[in-house]
Amino acid sequence: MNVAAQVAAMPPPEGSFGAGFSWAIARDLTLALRHPGETLLVVAFFVLVASLFPMGVGADPQLLLRIGPGVIWVCALLAAFLSLPSLFAADYADGTLEQMVLSPHPMPGWVSGKIAAHWLVSGLPLTVLSPLLGLQYGLEVATLAALAAALAIGTPVLSLLGAACSALALGARGGGILLALLALPLFVPVLIFGAGAAEAQAAGLSSAPHLSLLGALAIVATMGLPFAVCAAVRIALD
Amino acid sequence: MNLFFFSSPPTFFRLAGAMAPWFFVLAAVLAAAGLYVGFVVAPTDAVQGEVYRIIFIHVPAAWMSMFLYFVMACWGAASLTFNTRLSAMMARAIAPTGAMFTFIALWSGAFWGRPTWGTYWVWDARMTSELVLLFLYFGFIALANAFEDPRRGDRAAALLGIIGVVNLPIIYFSVQWWNTLHQGSSVSFKGTSMHIAMLWGMLLMALACWMYAIGASLVRVRSVILEREARTRWVRELGPRASAAIAAPGVTKLPG
Amino acid sequence: MTIEARALTCSRGAVTLFREVSFRIERGEWFAVRGSNGSGKTTLLRCVAGLTRLDAGEVHREGNVAYAGHLAGIKDDLSAEENLRGSLALAGATVGPEQARAALDEVGLLRRRALPSRRLSAGQRRRIGLARLMLDPAPIWILDEPLTALDDDGQALFARTLARHLERGGLALVATHHDLALTPARLLRLGA
Repeated sequence: MNVAAQVAAMPPPEGSFGAGFSWAIARDLTLALRHPGETLLVVAFFVLVASLFPMGVGADPQLLLRIGPGVIWVCALLAAFLSLPSLFAADYADGTLEQMVLSPHPMPGWVSGKIAAHWLVSGLPLTVLSPLLGLQYGLEVATLAALAAALAIGTPVLSLLGAACSALALGARGGGILLALLALPLFVPVLIFGAGAAEAQAAGLSSAPHLSLLGALAIVATMGLPFAVCAAVRIALD
Repeated sequence: MNLFFFSSPPTFFRLAGAMAPWFFVLAAVLAAAGLYVGFVVAPTDAVQGEVYRIIFIHVPAAWMSMFLYFVMACWGAASLTFNTRLSAMMARAIAPTGAMFTFIALWSGAFWGRPTWGTYWVWDARMTSELVLLFLYFGFIALANAFEDPRRGDRAAALLGIIGVVNLPIIYFSVQWWNTLHQGSSVSFKGTSMHIAMLWGMLLMALACWMYAIGASLVRVRSVILEREARTRWVRELGPRASAAIAAPGVTKLPG
Repeated sequence: MTIEARALTCSRGAVTLFREVSFRIERGEWFAVRGSNGSGKTTLLRCVAGLTRLDAGEVHREGNVAYAGHLAGIKDDLSAEENLRGSLALAGATVGPEQARAALDEVGLLRRRALPSRRLSAGQRRRIGLARLMLDPAPIWILDEPLTALDDDGQALFARTLARHLERGGLALVATHHDLALTPARLLRLGA
């Protein structure tokens, strides 16, 4: 047939990191847009839980000012964590994950693409929404800026750590609880530096040390974690 | 000497059985010495009185909890690199002992905190790090047991251990940072110099804990080996005592 | 492009599925794998593809692999055309819309190419996989029960596609309990 002959005449395909990355990010974003409900749920959860705290601790402005950055960060952590199962579970279940592993494109490429897409539909909306929630807590503009900056740097790290845990727990008994047990302890440094950045700003100090530490974490995570995720996916498909 | 000779489960099973009692004996001797130094020789602290003596349990337990996580992660890394079954079994065997020491560190810290600060829980750097470490241990144990295929559990947990051990210094550092920022209280000596006897006491107790940990891990790894190798000939040849030792559900009873 | 397998051994839990399996597939040849349920056919194929680890033995492959397992490997939310072009892009082959539609036409999915794949029947989803095999430049095919859910037409189409692939110098390892119109160069039987 014409088509097959054309294909046979093509040179053998070479995989590339960039091609794998763009393939994965385009595909996952397309899928997320077809089911925007999931992204909206993450956002709704974030807003809901952050709104619960004042109801629990009282609306004293001084208190809210004090706990605001920490509470918003914890809510971001939980919301990011909730969106983790969708990263690999669906692909694992319908067989597309093993197709990806067999691709000539190097694994770190498409894995990074998936994680980037995950951040775009979870971490990024949280970062963008955080100033609104910060206003609920009466935070000042400078604090809101520091909070948003910290979330912008920190949420990709959460996506990376979460991706590793999500891949490790593929097909495991214990579902979401197991994932929480694996991921939340690893999130602690991000929480400490991230909330610390906003709190420092609120106290009139510079948030730069915290943001730098967060940035360092982000760099190390970006360099190292995709390979851990690749190893975890291979273990899962064994 | 070919090290891989010892990595065969039947050989290691016998070796571990022979070695374990000696480690327990060593542990008992060192513990006796350490407790003697700690409770009899070391002087009363000027600031904290007799209560501080819990340090001889709290600090060695904390050291061991972190050291054992590192050792466990190393065994896990070895199992992934060399694809040896026994390395993974050793990692599994160490985990509960490590978790136990973490728990002891937390409990002893609470009992130190109560008389000293009036509260059972103090959000100091070491206590908070120990708490996170406890969850890391639980995560390791849970993941290792979360799969039908134990080899899959081995490998997933080994990778988790490696990720955890890299994160551990980061977690510890971040908690220290957080603690100094928020100027929390500290379950330790503040403003007192360490008497040489106190240091000796802690070192002896730390060694005792280490010997105990080795002994306990060797005993536990024998049990793991029996479970895993239940259907092989050499286990069957061990006879009815071996089949009684395999108490795990889902393992078929050995014939005869 | 060959596959050379030496002394492959794999076990699942306490059961040894296969031991010391060796073979060599040359260009233009295809091997069939047969055995009863649970005899390790799927595991053997996955080991040769590189998805599952072997307990012992080596596999030498030259060239990319197109693998089709029990799972369809397509996304329910994407259309047949999107799935096809996506699978091929993943395999490193950029295929334009005309080529994709020509292949979908050949498998009879042209009119349903824009429907979300969840709305297709099991046989139709398998045909997307068949269209992918038509266009995939990978020289090595490792297929696990590829005739599942295909009707007689589909099975004939598969046989033709396999024949074309072999003519072009490709090779295949296929687990199937059906007798295809094509005779395999060798039949591997698993399980005693």
